Order: sequence, then structure tokens, then C-alpha cells
Amino acid sequence: MEKKINKTEARLMKGNEALAEAAIRAGMDAYFGYPITPQSEILEYFETEIPKRKGVVLQAESELAAINMIYGAAGAGARVMTTSSSPGISLMQEGLSYIAAAQLPCLVVNVVRGGPGLGTIQPSQGDYFQAVKGGGHGDYHLIVLAPSSVQEMADFVFLGFRLAEKYRMPAMILSDGALGQMMEKVDLPEEGSLPHTIPGWATMGKPASRERNIITSLHLQSEKMEEINLVLQENYKKLKSEVRFEEFQTSDADILLVAFGLSARVCQKTVELAREKGIKVGLLRPITLYPFPSVRIKELAAKVDFILDVEMNAGQMVEDVALAVNGIKPVHFKGRMGGMIPSPEDVLEEIESIIEKQSVGVF
Amino acid sequence: MESELVIEDLECVYKKPSTLTDTPLHYCPGCGHSIVHKFIMEVVEEMGIQETTIGVAPVGCSVFAYNYMNVDMQEAAHGRASAVATGIKRVRPDKFVYSYQGDGDLAAIGTAETIHTVNRGENILMIFINNAIYGMTGGQMAPTTLAGQVTSTSPYGRDVKQIGYPLKITEMIAMLPGAYYVTRQSINNVNSCRKLKKAIRIGFENQKLDKGTSFIEVVSNCPSGWKQTPLETMTWIEENMFPTYPLGDIKVSK
Repeated sequence: MEKKINKTEARLMKGNEALAEAAIRAGMDAYFGYPITPQSEILEYFETEIPKRKGVVLQAESELAAINMIYGAAGAGARVMTTSSSPGISLMQEGLSYIAAAQLPCLVVNVVRGGPGLGTIQPSQGDYFQAVKGGGHGDYHLIVLAPSSVQEMADFVFLGFRLAEKYRMPAMILSDGALGQMMEKVDLPEEGSLPHTIPGWATMGKPASRERNIITSLHLQSEKMEEINLVLQENYKKLKSEVRFEEFQTSDADILLVAFGLSARVCQKTVELAREKGIKVGLLRPITLYPFPSVRIKELAAKVDFILDVEMNAGQMVEDVALAVNGIKPVHFKGRMGGMIPSPEDVLEEIESIIEKQSVGVF
Repeated sequence: MESELVIEDLECVYKKPSTLTDTPLHYCPGCGHSIVHKFIMEVVEEMGIQETTIGVAPVGCSVFAYNYMNVDMQEAAHGRASAVATGIKRVRPDKFVYSYQGDGDLAAIGTAETIHTVNRGENILMIFINNAIYGMTGGQMAPTTLAGQVTSTSPYGRDVKQIGYPLKITEMIAMLPGAYYVTRQSINNVNSCRKLKKAIRIGFENQKLDKGTSFIEVVSNCPSGWKQTPLETMTWIEENMFPTYPLGDIKVSK
């Protein structure tokens, strides 16, 4: 039997487990996944909990199969989720392109590990480009949410399902190995607070009263395929109203840090350390990586001396930051790769070095 | 001037099933796909399950199966039809679900999905059209291409030493405990067609039992890819395909 837990009752949970519990409470109908470190706890959690509660859980033979099971179940109108980590997410890209083209809502979670290749199982943000720029073939986007705490690992499941269903497109939670593995206090959302009705376009069997429903991404006539593309692009324009970000001490800042997810937690500490030394640093943390908070970054850029973008990769989001800033102020980059995490002191050192050298920025 | 054709006092002995749409078929004249499409839809009509049936179309010549079959359908990526069908059936277990795939789709790029879907005993019907060639892309060698068979990518005949043997995937999956009903049928003559339709009916009926996967291989033809007339393809099936792919039930569970 399902145990109801009051929202005010905090639990200490791993990020991966909090995300899984939140998915059950969000009314997820089905989960299809394949084990890969550092996110296998999610499949394990579902295999333990779902038989006792409700829903479908299936360990697929591969990530390829899992994402195509998602396609089928989403096409049949179910609220569905899959999770994986970087190499597995690469395998899902073909399926994600089909899902985006067929305008099916679903939630995909990438608990990112260091790459490229088989890489490492340590945390990374190296999949930013893949998540934000489409990832698979063709012109499409995912809604991309970047949690920076165990609480947000849980909350963004609800947000992800809600946005995916509202805009009929796949949503991705771009997490990392540290957020998936670390334990924090989490207030879990109430079960049943996210109602779901089977949409009219779903393949549920054709009654005499309507034409058959077809889920497809194939339109051989170029005129028709362009029409489908225009529908997708129109949807992405509407999505801009869903931009979410968080600011920390930006009102009087001379220097702006931009960082997402785990890097933003590091940078929040840097802001404190810098201010103890009298350097006025502020932080903008994009929560939606797509749509990207370009407008706000440009506004803040006008008020600061320079921008320092901090990521756990070789410099990916920094390109979107530079596009937003559009040359009005220097944009610098500080990154670690291969599973390494920059320390707050590393970032402060970078700030001090930029101030000292009066350097012009990488963009 | 209006004219009206009036036929009275004649018994209707044959008609197109209402579950097939009026869309003209894009298949080459004499292609087996249209025959199999018709039998599937006749069975859906006869069982009265149009409202509870969901089909999965493949990539290949039958990519547009959903244009002809008047049921809710999903178009799958190449090789993934049985995974898509699994996703549908798991969330809608009360529906009749079938997948429809060719040899390249089911037995090359989708081999893993095929084996694991059957191994899980997914309660679906899988229909496998084996014409020993990739038709849509222009007649390339398939996993089921016969030894010595000439195709555009085996222009000197399939060299089994170099590229391997015709894959008898139907016999392979029949070994799996999840397979409930496995049969190989054909469209080469009227008698075969009757048996094929009966097998399709069994495949749909089996879903009421929830005892495992039903799998029907259809030994079919490809007049364009084989560069033969439709009539010649029927003889070619009998003389060349049947020795490698003999017809009949391979597994019938109780």
C-alpha cells in the first residue's frame, strides 16, 4: 500500500531516489529504462516501488529500445519517463528526434557523467550542447531543465511533465552524477497534484465517431514537412514565456557569474567569498537551459564590468551567454572537464586574475 | 447527364473490408504487402476489434501501412516496431496490438528488439514480411537474402563465406519461452493465402489469452527488386525461398 507523506515532512534522500519518488507522485504511468552509472538507482527504485503502488516499469534491453517504448507509450497517451546517463542518452537521440517530430510529450532525465566516449562516472556538464541544441537529427529542441539540488531533482519532474504536456514536446532534466548521488533534505510534492487526461490525438483504438489517429514523423512531400517544421518552430517561440532563472546578489554586482546546476552551487559560494574580499560579484543561474534566459543576461551585462561563465565542460553554455551579451561586455570562461568540479576558490582566483590582467575575454 | 449503375438480385460474394481505407496503394503491381494488409484488416473487421486495435508500421516499403489500415497506428523508427508495440501494449494492455515489419527492419537493425520482445512474451502479434531483399531502398541484400542471390549490393550473388548466411530468425525466436505461437506462411497461391489469413486470426485471438507473443513470418515477393513479373515471383518463391524457409507452424503452444 502506498504511504502518503505530508508535504511538510522532510526526508533525506539521494537525488536519483527523490526524482524517482517524485515521478510516482506526479502520476507517471510508465517508466522504461536501462541501467547505467550514475543513475541506476532510479530503475532500482521503480522496480521496488511500482509493483507495490501503481504504474508500469520495464527494464529494456537497451537505451534504443527504452526510448522507442517511450515513443509507443507516449503515443498511446500515457505519462511516461526514461532516464539514463550520457552514453545512454547518446543512444536515445534518434528516438528523441522522432518523439520531437511526432510532438509527443515525455520526460527524459540525463544524469550526466564525464565524456567523451565511455569517459568517467564522475559528474559533468559536458552534454549541454547535446541537450540544448537538439541532440539528434533535424531541427528540433527539448525543454531543458537544470536542477541544482535534490529538491529540484524532485520538483522538476512535476515541472517537466507539466511543460512537456502543455507544449506537446519532450522535456529533459539535465542533471549530473553528483546531484544524482548526493543526499539532501527534500520536501516531496503531494501525490495526485498533477492531473492527466488522455489526449484526443492518442492511439487508443479508433471509434466509429472519429478518423484514425496516426503518430508519425514521416512526410515525404517537402511542402508538408516544412509545415511540420513551422509548427515546431512556432511552439518553440511560445515556449520563451517559460524562461526560468534565479539570481543571487546581482543588484549591486560589478561582476556577473553565469552558471547552471552544480556549477551554480559552487559559484554561489564564490559570490560569498568574493564579497568578503570586497569584490561585488553576483550570480545568474539559468533554470531553463532551453528556453535560455538571454534577455535577462543581456540586461545584467549592461550593468557589470564583465561576465564569467563557469561550467563543468570545455565551454558550451558560454556560447549562448556570449550570444546574449552580444559583445557589449567581455565574456570569460572557467571550466573543468572529465568529471572534475571547480572549487569556489578556483572561480574566485579566476575572477581576480581577470581583474588584474584586464583581459578582453574569450568572446 | 447522370447515370446510375444498378445491380439487382446479385449476391455480393466479395468486397473490400471496411477496415481498409480507399487510399490507392503505392505498392508495385503484384507485391505481397497489399495481400497481407488486406488479410490483417479482414481479420480486424471479422473480429469486430477496429475500436480496440493499435498497429505499428515499420520503415521500408510498408512505411505507409497506416495510410491503408483504418485503425489507430504509430510509425516506428527502423527496427524499433516491436519496442514501440511493447510501449503501447504495456500502457494499454486491454487493446489488440500488432507490429508489421520487413526483413531488414526485423532481422537486421531490429534483431535485438525482436528477440527481447518475444523473450518477454509481449502479448502482441508480430507480422514479419520476408521477401529476401530491401525493397524501398532499391533492392539491396537483406539478412534473409538467399545464398547466391543477386541483389544490388550482392551483384555477384550472396557470398556466404564473406557476408554470412540467410538468417532464419523465425526458427531462432521459436526457441524462446516467451513465444506462444510461431508460424511461417506465404502468399504464393490461394491455398497459402487462406492459411495465412487463418494464422493472422489466431495471432489476434491469442491476445485474449495473454500467454505470450504470436509471430507470423510471411514468405513474400518483390517483383521490382527481384526483376521478375508477379507470376514469375510466385514460382521463384516455391523453387528458391521454400527450401530455406519451409512453410508451416514452428511452435504452437497449448
